Amino acid sequence: MKFTIEWLKEHLETDATNAEIIDTLTMIGLEVEEVIDQGARLKDFVVAHVVSAEQHPNADKLRVCKVDAGTGELIDVVCGAPNARTGMKAVFAPVGTYIPGSGFTLGKGNIRGQASNGMLCSGRELEISDDHNGIIELPEDAPVGISYPDYAGMNDVVIDVAITPNRGDCAGVRGIARDLAATGIGNFKDPVIKPVPSDAGPSPIPPLPHRFSEGEPKAIRKFAGRLIKGVKNGPSPQWLQDRLRAVGLRPINRLADITNLISMGWGRPLHAYDADKLVGEIHLRNARSGERLEGLDDKTHSLDETMCVIADDSGPLCLGGILGGEPSSCTDETVNIFMECASWDPELIAQTGRKTGIVSDARYRLERSVDPQLTEPGLELATKWVIDLCGGQACEPVISGEDVIPEPVIDFPLHEVTRLTGLKLGLPEIKTVLSRLGFWVSGSGDFVKVAVPSWRPDVTIKADLVEEVMRIVGVNRVPVEPLPRLSGVAPKMLTPIQNRRRLTRRTLATRGMNEAVTWSFISSELAEKFGGGQAELKLANAIASDMTDMRPSLLPGLLAAATRNQNRGLSDVALFEVGQVFVSDAPDGQRNHATGIRTGTAGIGGAGRHWQGKGEKVGVYDAKADLGAALDAFGVDIDKVQVVAEPADWSHPGRGGRVQLGPKVILGWFGELHPALVVDFDLDGPVAAFVIDLDAIPEPRRKATRAKPALDISSLMAVHRDFAFVMDKNVEAANLLKAARAADKALVADVTVFDVFEGAHVGEGKKSVAIEVTLQPRDKTLTDEDIEAVSSKIVAAVEKATGGTLRG
Amino acid sequence: MSASLTELSATLSQEIAAASDDAALEQVRVSALGKKGSISALLAGLGKMSPEERKEQGPAINGLKNDIAAKIEARRSELRAVALEKRLASEKLDVTLPLRPAPTATGRIHPVSQVIDEITAIFSDMGFAIAEGPDIETDYYNFTALNFPEGHPAREMHDTFFFNADEKGERKLLRTHTSPVQIRTMENQEPPIRVVMPGRTYRNDSDQTHTPMFHQVEGLVIDKQSHIGQLRWVLEEFLKAFFEVESVTLRFRPSFFPFTEPSMEVDVQCDRSGNEVKIGQGSDWLEILGCGMVHPNVIRAGGLDPDIYQGFAWGMGIDRIAMLKYGMPDLRAFFDADQRWIEHYGFRPLDLPTLFGGLSS
Repeated sequence: MKFTIEWLKEHLETDATNAEIIDTLTMIGLEVEEVIDQGARLKDFVVAHVVSAEQHPNADKLRVCKVDAGTGELIDVVCGAPNARTGMKAVFAPVGTYIPGSGFTLGKGNIRGQASNGMLCSGRELEISDDHNGIIELPEDAPVGISYPDYAGMNDVVIDVAITPNRGDCAGVRGIARDLAATGIGNFKDPVIKPVPSDAGPSPIPPLPHRFSEGEPKAIRKFAGRLIKGVKNGPSPQWLQDRLRAVGLRPINRLADITNLISMGWGRPLHAYDADKLVGEIHLRNARSGERLEGLDDKTHSLDETMCVIADDSGPLCLGGILGGEPSSCTDETVNIFMECASWDPELIAQTGRKTGIVSDARYRLERSVDPQLTEPGLELATKWVIDLCGGQACEPVISGEDVIPEPVIDFPLHEVTRLTGLKLGLPEIKTVLSRLGFWVSGSGDFVKVAVPSWRPDVTIKADLVEEVMRIVGVNRVPVEPLPRLSGVAPKMLTPIQNRRRLTRRTLATRGMNEAVTWSFISSELAEKFGGGQAELKLANAIASDMTDMRPSLLPGLLAAATRNQNRGLSDVALFEVGQVFVSDAPDGQRNHATGIRTGTAGIGGAGRHWQGKGEKVGVYDAKADLGAALDAFGVDIDKVQVVAEPADWSHPGRGGRVQLGPKVILGWFGELHPALVVDFDLDGPVAAFVIDLDAIPEPRRKATRAKPALDISSLMAVHRDFAFVMDKNVEAANLLKAARAADKALVADVTVFDVFEGAHVGEGKKSVAIEVTLQPRDKTLTDEDIEAVSSKIVAAVEKATGGTLRG
Repeated sequence: MSASLTELSATLSQEIAAASDDAALEQVRVSALGKKGSISALLAGLGKMSPEERKEQGPAINGLKNDIAAKIEARRSELRAVALEKRLASEKLDVTLPLRPAPTATGRIHPVSQVIDEITAIFSDMGFAIAEGPDIETDYYNFTALNFPEGHPAREMHDTFFFNADEKGERKLLRTHTSPVQIRTMENQEPPIRVVMPGRTYRNDSDQTHTPMFHQVEGLVIDKQSHIGQLRWVLEEFLKAFFEVESVTLRFRPSFFPFTEPSMEVDVQCDRSGNEVKIGQGSDWLEILGCGMVHPNVIRAGGLDPDIYQGFAWGMGIDRIAMLKYGMPDLRAFFDADQRWIEHYGFRPLDLPTLFGGLSS
């Protein structure tokens, strides 16, 4: 909301400087967004005397002028304006002046062989009017050489403040002045609005009937209208035009300008109809579906039955509280007007505003609520201005409907101010602030009663009054006080899942992976491919077609990121994300996943070719290693959980697996991305991926103490023995290891695989797996016989479990 | 020493010196000291000599034997030293060849995670726990319980993403702020409550400084006495610690939020004259967060009596304070996963923000 300091001072008597006013506005909650010093913008334009204006020798439409701009010498100026003539006073811009209406800085010129060292300006070039038919003509007595804004009194400062949605009362200069006055910066000037005599007698237009059925939305509360006869419309006086232009409004004609003046000045929107264009009975009703309104915004709007209109027999005249209609609007020829000042339901105005998308000054105010006590006074004020500027005589006002005027009285313990803010204020100060804002405070003890004025429907409870007091005395006066500590040393603050996410991130980053944060929503197509796409997880109003479904997996986002990177020339990337995925729309349907991908050659050793290695393509074992490292970070040993060859749907069917604590507790998946998906994502090379369901991992059992179990090591040397078995290619190594470990649980301390190979010499469809078994004696050194015995047990167990044979 | 011994000594010494490797030297040793060696033969000859002769020749021959053996040993050491030198010379490697970077040198943490860790480090010291809630919320938790009346313009200012209505006509939404977690926390926890609530939030809006998904952090204190004076302290202490400056100057401007009363917006004094925003100096103001005393209706919605319990709350954009502190110019790049961006703006895996080690390195 824009206003000028001069305008403000019509409602505020103050000696404060502009800077003080601007500062105070922000500190009481009317945030100043912009300050425009109009004079500064036009300071280079000066009043000048056109000493002579003669025909340009080489151009019919140009004149060569000698201009006296008070500099002591005559300046040559070539001018194309038809009204440029000898002896006139005009507005002159010397070389170097920025011309706001044209958007350039004036340079020296030479126009068809004649020097031109400046410009005589039109109103449009100064952005003070739309006139560009000729240059500005000033009165003969205008003093040469003085700055034009000084001469024209255009030195006003324009302030733009942001009005919060609760402060409809500050959507007018008067309300802003009242708020400022409450701080003691000046006195609020609020002249009484006197009724204008109804010299034209009873109104031929009867009070407007409200035609609404039971249960229909009814935006109109009270409608006040008045017929004013015999007015003369036309351009407004210059001061009014200047004022409206300063706040960003285009002057139209006196009648329209008056409604804008009262809307901006008093926060009281009005509408003036050309009474001679009204047909039959004017009434209030909801629009019929399909009805249209040709608006003053030069657009045609479709209306529906939730929107209140002011209509006559020909149809809607005006979309109530939001937008006037073009056909019934006032023109320069208008003689009789019907002025409207009505009270509306803010919520319904807001609803209609949103539905139609119309942004208007009336909607801005009425959806924030306008003082319901200002309906009839607003109409009187409008009538007065019309008669003052346009002449004419008013008929008696016609009023219909009832307004809602809540007049709450709040029980206010003064201690509430201290309780909520820490400010210690006495009754006199609290009372002064509230009274200046228009509240009535009664009582004198620690508990008072506060009556809320009609223009402050936002104030309903004690806390609202505390805010009023605090914002006017200033938040800066609230003493800063440390928040007491609840305990000496802060206890643990993260939950297990929060810690897990943190640890996973750091662990994966130490493995050379980069953390990505990708959108929570993906396309339907991808969601369905990765196990999602449920109706309950689809947005009704997605911002883009590839952001429609809540993600069931972090993989598609990472793969899409890999594609983007590849398209920028980075085909070897290692990315991970730790974040939420959605299996349903319930709170527990949101799960925490950690997912990573490596593409191309981006293994843990680094990507690309290198003299130390050939840059091998990533594969399933890279993914398994990442997953294992992440699980290890929170104490899950991948060798002690089940790793099964049950690949995820996204995985290469022969190169993927699952980590689980049993078929029902699945901790994660790993594998090479299915080649079909590699193609779908337009990726070049293999992708190694893993997924961890962080919520699935059981919390470790809490022990009574933090002490670790005693270290148990044997003083006897361990013995190592190697075995190689030939078995079917499809036999899983896990079976072999399990059998070897179980062969003699007391002696076998560890089993590792140190060689795996296939080839003609081990047989078609076979493989050789070599293991090293560590035997750890506990109470005596092993004899050859002991070793022989345990070796036989191992061979027998492995052969039985795998169907393989010991290689000779 | 007899002439013949002298000659033998000279010959052997010459042969030892001439031996160019271990094998040649061994050959000399065998020829002199081996079973059939020249010196061994002389020693064997001692037995046949008369005692007088033996007395004279014995020490001379033994002397020669010891001398030759010592020379052989010396030569062997010499040869070994030469051989080692040669091997060492042949084993020279180019140590200037570059190696692959360590995984810890290439892995990076996203600025959003890093900043959440920084926030956690500061607030956990002040006794705040981390609370979280779901991204998919009900209208009740996102609006109604937070004192947004039905149909109020403030609701519409949130550009909410909605899901389709279910069979009961209820439509869920993506939370537009982290504030629903305030209600969920009050429902589940007895005061005193001190929590911060970081998380993803969503609004249907997109430009250089707005993305349809972004991150917020919310703070909540509920007890029987916390007030705006303490709110000011908490925010000043936090911002000072977060921006790692000696002091910050804050400006609390009264404002409006449905869920707080009184409500304020907070500007931080800064210097915006250069390319970077410098917090803690200068004369410009930058809006950084919103805050206020929790509205009585919100306390009630959390199941508490607002005449007994009170407290304050604040909220700010995590991405925004990350941009301010670390200088990222464009919010949209946060969610693009461009490897070059993450490498540049990301943090080392072991750059763990702590109060004892410093928030940033």
